[in-house]
This record gives sequence, C-alpha cells and structure tokens, in this order.
Amino acid sequence: MSKKYHVTTSVNGDEYDFLCEPQQSLLDVLRDNLMLTGTKEGCATGDCGACSVMLDGRLVCSCLVIGVEAGGKKIETIEGMAKGDTLHPLQQKFLELNGLQCGICTPGILVAARALLEKNPDPSEMEVRYWLAGNLCRCTGYDKVIRAVMAAATEMRGA
Amino acid sequence: MATILEKPGFNPDRQYKIVGTSPVKHDGFDKVTGRAKFAADAFLPGMLIGKVLRSPHPHAVLKSIDISKAVALPGVKAVITRDDFPEIKPGSGAGDMTRIAMAREKVYWEGHPVAAVAATSESIAKKALKLIDVQYELLPHVIDPVEAMKPDAPILHDYMRTKGAKGADAEKPTNVVERSVLAIGDVAAGFAEADFIVEHTYDTKPMHQGYIELQSCIANYSDDGQVDLWCCTQAPWVYRDRLTEILKIDSSKIRIQQSELGGGFGGKTTFYLEPLSIVLSRKAKCPVKMTLTRSEVLRATGPVSGTQSTIKMGCKKDGTIVAVDSNLIFQTGPYTGSAFTNAPQAMLTRYELKNVRTVSHEVVSNRPKVSSFRAPCVPQVVFGVEDCVSELARKVGMDEIDFRMKNAIVEGHKTIYGETFNRIGFVETLEAAKNCEHYKSPVPTGQGRGIACGFWFNRGGETTGTMNLAPDGTVNIILGTADVAGSRMSMSMMAAEEFGIPVDRVRSMLADTNSLGYNRVTAGSRTTFSSGMIVIDAARKIIAELCSRAAKIWNVPEEGVIFEDGHCRPASSNVGNFEPLSMKDIAAKTTYTMGAIAGHSEMNVTGAGPGFAVHIVDVEVDKETGLTSVKRYTIVEDAGKAISPLQVEGQYQGAAVQGIGWALNEEYIFGDDGRLQNPGFLDYRMPVASDVPMIDTVIVEVPNPKHPYGLRGVGEVPLTPAMGAIGNAIGNAIGIRPRSLPMTPAKVLALIEGGATSG
Repeated sequence: MSKKYHVTTSVNGDEYDFLCEPQQSLLDVLRDNLMLTGTKEGCATGDCGACSVMLDGRLVCSCLVIGVEAGGKKIETIEGMAKGDTLHPLQQKFLELNGLQCGICTPGILVAARALLEKNPDPSEMEVRYWLAGNLCRCTGYDKVIRAVMAAATEMRGA
Repeated sequence: MATILEKPGFNPDRQYKIVGTSPVKHDGFDKVTGRAKFAADAFLPGMLIGKVLRSPHPHAVLKSIDISKAVALPGVKAVITRDDFPEIKPGSGAGDMTRIAMAREKVYWEGHPVAAVAATSESIAKKALKLIDVQYELLPHVIDPVEAMKPDAPILHDYMRTKGAKGADAEKPTNVVERSVLAIGDVAAGFAEADFIVEHTYDTKPMHQGYIELQSCIANYSDDGQVDLWCCTQAPWVYRDRLTEILKIDSSKIRIQQSELGGGFGGKTTFYLEPLSIVLSRKAKCPVKMTLTRSEVLRATGPVSGTQSTIKMGCKKDGTIVAVDSNLIFQTGPYTGSAFTNAPQAMLTRYELKNVRTVSHEVVSNRPKVSSFRAPCVPQVVFGVEDCVSELARKVGMDEIDFRMKNAIVEGHKTIYGETFNRIGFVETLEAAKNCEHYKSPVPTGQGRGIACGFWFNRGGETTGTMNLAPDGTVNIILGTADVAGSRMSMSMMAAEEFGIPVDRVRSMLADTNSLGYNRVTAGSRTTFSSGMIVIDAARKIIAELCSRAAKIWNVPEEGVIFEDGHCRPASSNVGNFEPLSMKDIAAKTTYTMGAIAGHSEMNVTGAGPGFAVHIVDVEVDKETGLTSVKRYTIVEDAGKAISPLQVEGQYQGAAVQGIGWALNEEYIFGDDGRLQNPGFLDYRMPVASDVPMIDTVIVEVPNPKHPYGLRGVGEVPLTPAMGAIGNAIGNAIGIRPRSLPMTPAKVLALIEGGATSG
C-alpha cells in the first residue's frame, strides 16, 4: 500500500484532518474520507464543474486538486452555503424558479455562481453564461439556471 | 374496487387550486444544500470497492483469462469473470444481457467488461486489474451500420439471421437483426399524383444521453442469499427481474432501492455495474460499491443509434402530401434493442397520409449497445422528414406552418400505424406557433429561421402506488416510478388537488422493489400520466373511505356525506346538522372506526394522450468558419394540462438544448482501430451555458380526455423536432440544407464552399 499523508485543513470553517494517498484528489478526499458528498463527481477531468469548491477564496474543480495540497488551506463546499435555517439567496432562487431538475450539477453551479456574485454583483446574462460555462447541466438547458442567478443577484444587491 | 381507468371523467369545468401552479418541489431543498443522496453518495460498513477490467479491442475472441496474480494481491477480496455467471444461450434476451454485463465467448466493443475486482481500496482494485492476464484473438470489426450490412462485413454473431428477410437472405449469417416494413396504401400510385417530389439521404451519429451522474451502486449479498441493491435507475423493477433472469436469484430476494437519480434520459433503463457488484459481493461476502468513470460511461454505456435514412416525399400543387417512401438503417451496437420500430410509426405521425412505405433495418456493430434516449430512434429520422416537408412547402410556395396545417392529422383519424386518435392538439399547436411572437417577427438580417414538428405517442403501462393517511391528517404517497426531474412533486400536487389540502401536507417518496408491486420503467413520457392516475385513484379511494367513516361517526347513510376542501360534510341539511369533519378529525379516530386509512392502486394504465410540438429556431452561421450559433429558440408544445408549468417548461428547454448538442456538436468518433477517440467531456462536448440562448416556451393545453385533469406526457416530444428545426434554420441561413449530423463547422463550411453537394 502506498504511503499515506496526514493533512490538516479547514472546511466550511471547521478544522478537519485526514490521511490520504498521494494520488487522491481533493474531490475524493471530501467525499470518501470526510463524507462531504454534496460535492459531486461528473468527470474527474475538470470538464463538468460538478465538483466546484472554493480553495482559499478561489473557485476550483476539486477533482484537479490533489488532496495533500489542501493542507493548511481554507475550503468552502456546498455544505457551508446555507447559514443555519437561512438558505443563500442563490439556493432560494434556484428553488423558486426551478433552476434544477435532477440536481446532480446543482451544488457545483451554486458554488460557482456564488463566486461570480462575490466578484461581480451585477452581471449581465452573457457574463453569467460565460462564468458558468465550466458547469455542465444536461437537464435544464440552462435557461432557468441563468434566470435564477440573475434573480439572486438582483435580490442580493437589494435592487 | 373499480379503478379510475373505467371512468377517467375529465371535467372541462374543473377549477384547479394547486394544479397549474409551480410550488417549490420538496426534493429541491436537499438538492440545493448538497444533502440529497445520489447513488455514489452512500457507504456501508465493511464496504469494498469494485473496478472493471475492459477489453481494449472492439472485436476479439476471448481465449483465456488468468486471474491468479490478482487474487493473490493483498487486499483483493474477489475477482470475477464469465465463469462466475450462469451459462445462458446466446441470442436470447437474457443471453444478450448477461454478455453485455460480462463478455463470454467474444468481446464486442472497446470497453466490454471481461473481469471485475473487489478490494479494500480503489487503488488496490486498480492494481489488481493490471495483474489479470487476458488473451485475445483479434477479429476484424465494423462500426458503421451501412458497412456492417455489406456482404463482406465482419459478422458479429454466427447465429444471427435477419428477422423479416425473405428467400436466400433469410438463411445467411448477417449483421442485420431485423428488416421491418410498415406500409399503407400504394406508394407508386401516390407519387404518380405528385407535382413535386423530393428525395434525400441523411446520416446521424451516435450521441450519449450525457447524464452528469456517473452510474454507481452498492450491492450487499447476505449470507441467507438476500440481495440489497442501491443504485441510480429509471427502472428498479425491470432491473430486478432481469437480474433474476441472468443471475438465477429469486426476484423476491432482490431488493432494489433507487437513489436520487442524477439524470437518465433513457440511459439508466439498463444495468451495467449492478450484476457485477452482486456477484462480487456474493464472492467476497462484503458489500461492494462500484462507480463508473466518465470515460467508462462514454465507452461502455449505451449511446443512441447512429442512422442512415433515405426519404422520398411527394406533394400536389395544393400542398397535399401524397406519398412517402423511406429506407431506414439503425445501428444498435452488438445486440438488438434500439426500439427502432418507433421510427416508422412516429416519424410521420402528425401528417394525414394515405400512401406510406417505410423499410427499417436494425444492424449490429462493434460499439457499445444502444440505450434509450428521449423518443428512441425518432429525432434522428425527423431530422430528415422535416427537411423534406419544408422543402416541399417552399416548392409549393406555401408558408411552412400553413403547409403543415394543410396536412395535419386531426381527432378521429387513423394513424399510419393503426391507432385512431382521440382528442389531439396538433392543429392548436401549429396555430399557437403561427401566432407566437417569434414566428411573427421578421428573421433578423444575416440569420436563418427553421421550423420543424414532432410527435411522440406518450406511454402508460403497469404502475403501482400506495397512499397512507397519517393520524394528523397529512398524506404520504409511496411511488415506484423513478423521479427524473420532479415527478414526486407533481404527484403530491395531484393528491393535494384531490383532497383540497395544501401541497405541503402531502409527501411523495420512492419505494424499494419489495415494498410495492411492479412498476414499469420511467420512460416514454409515462410517469406523470401513469403514476398520476394511480395517485388520483388512490386519493379517491381514501376520500370514499373518509366519507364512509364520517357516515359511521354521524350514524347516517354514506350517500349522506360529501367531501370537499379536505372535509367531510353532510350532503344537505336533511342529513343532519353536523360540523364538518377534517381529514385530521377522521384520521385521529381511526382506532375507533375501522383502523388505518390507506389507498392503494395498481393498474395497467391506458389512455396516454399523444403529444405534438413545433420548434422555431433562428441561427447565425459564420460564413468564414462554418460555426453555427443558435440565436433564438421557441418551443410550442401541447402538454394537455401542465401540472407544474415551470417543470413543463424545464422539460421543453432541456430537450431543446440536448437537441442543439446533437445537431451541432455531439458524436462518437471512432478511430480505425475501433476505439472511441473522445471518451471525455473535453472532446465529447455537450452544450454549455454560453453556447445557447434563453429557450422560450409556449405551453398549449388541449386536454387528454383519458386523464381526469387532461394531462399528456411532455418529456420525449420536445427532442423530436430539434435537429430538424436547426437543420432547416442552417439551410435557410446558407442556402444549402445540411443532411449529416452533427452539423459541425467543418461540414457547414464545406457546404458553403462546395455549393452543390449537400450533407
């Protein structure tokens, strides 16, 4: 068996530590070691965005990050998006406007969309479409996804 | 007790309180917080990880498999091969299924499983795969269905003879599974009447359903022979019964619990990993979890049929279509199962036709076995049909919608496959398309507009469900039909509508296969219709029982009690002056009446209402690169009655974008070595958000008289015209209609530069 590494990291503000094999991705670690299964695997090659998480404030595909790289870093996943009983406005708008069907791509899209709105609180439709171009969805045709992101942005701006 | 089927009772005057609104779906909450449990999100104590060894060759004899080194690797708990599966004669349904799960005599495609390993970790399982020694005797392969029909083509199955062939052709080994002819009237006489005739040949490539959730399952084979299987599936009962056939395990001992389903679109109607994980678990005496990689999904699960179709169509000067003659070829992978007979039935149904002949062929080849995809085998052929229809309209000089209206099939008329239509909404759909803002607006400069129409039968079939009234008056619905996009919520809404209570007092859940009777697959746009019938039937049974209990409590005859808005009331003041009893009032007293109140329903549901759609598309083609951009897209479709309009719109929009992918980009690309060259999302490129515009929708509602609320299925129809409409739009933009899918920049540029030759 290959040597395992002891890694200490922060996920959604809580300290975690785990042992991982050197080839394990952060995605595998989140799901299989930490049982945080809200982050999804759709391709493991960085092409579908289902595994999107924030790593030290940067949006990344967790399948392209090695587990040991997470040491000492700050990870934010879908599990940390709602605050207590209060859903994030993006989560709320995805529900209200039917921005999801099967829901497998939804956590990745929500994490990516939140990263967009933190950078750009007033994106155009085109900006939302290009920002989310790394997140595949096969059910919705993106229409209601885009509308939900725009509606959440409007609400968050207090407009 | 009589069921609702005997008296569906569509009531045109009914006023809805919940149906027709779009409340937030209950299953959505866990999906936005990441808590929803999809197949790969489960773990069991003591669980092993299973991996599959796959053939690198598209066609070879499987000479020998030596697993001894893999078995000896520490951490490996089981290795299985063909020797671990019961022998079943090839050429039968079960014989094909077991060979798809695990190769026996030969491998038939690159990615065909030849062995599987269960180990204490994924890395050990992968290491073990490398220690398995497989000896192959390579054979020539064939992938293109037209090539596979040639006399000198490599033969996949020595035993195969063409069903429906005549004379000497019927005796020879062949790759043609079946030749089927659907004919009505006299095609030659029809063409003799024609003033205009068009004829073209079209080809389409296999594309994948593209669900984002990788197939995953956990099997636990217990010491007493009970199988517990957790997996993502559109068809738990179908899986169970097929597993019984190929593994020789009693159905009653296989309990399948469906997970949340992360997309299927027809692709999760067939199992791949499930038999392997069960056999591994039996051998290892531990639960075994298996998950496909994306590369495995693309290389080893079922893409749709590639096709070649030649369509000849003629019409008179007044626009009447007088004859259609077609020759269709469907690629099915190594085994039959493309459902190709849908195509001759559905490809033309929406037009009133007297003279039609369609000769269809299903052909085996060395690629993964076909699986269903929204309206299996129909959109590929409609791609051609709607080109011919539009071209004839132009020749006659009629508006394209008027031309289709002139030929539209209406209520009471018989289809080419023999069904006489009840109330249908094709004419209303065409009218709505003609009147929609998109169609009325001028085509923007530099763009092309295309329209196309499509049809799907919509399905019913065997369905079972149960409803329980809880002591607090709330309701649980237990369903067997997999929920692919929100059907649980539609069921809750229909039950709430029947009871006249808020939808939040109803919850729907999905049962395992031991807890309900048989349920057919969620496919064919049958679920909201069929399970909806079950739900309404069960709710009405509960209402009848509530009235009976109220009659007992009041000591009046049952006829003296009516039910409305969640309450039993005296039918009139003559019955007595009783305070209404709520569902909660009665449910809380069941101990003193006749025990718990439940409704159950099982039916082979009939009366599905056919669906029709019109797609209107504007595209812009870059004349220098051949790149097509979809600028505007409108779907007009008859839903009968939209239970949840936002969900119906979602079905239309999702299908349109899948159609855009199939039309412009998606295809399986095989090398000369028979290996798939694009087994990943980078090279198998599905549409992303920046590729597409908003998709406008118009929901037409012409009620299905065979459903209490009038609903029709909506999932399949919206894919059927998509590529035809986009093809027509490109044709109008560049002056030459592409006739080969996908309509890539290279192909479109060749048309622009080459001029005359199309396709």
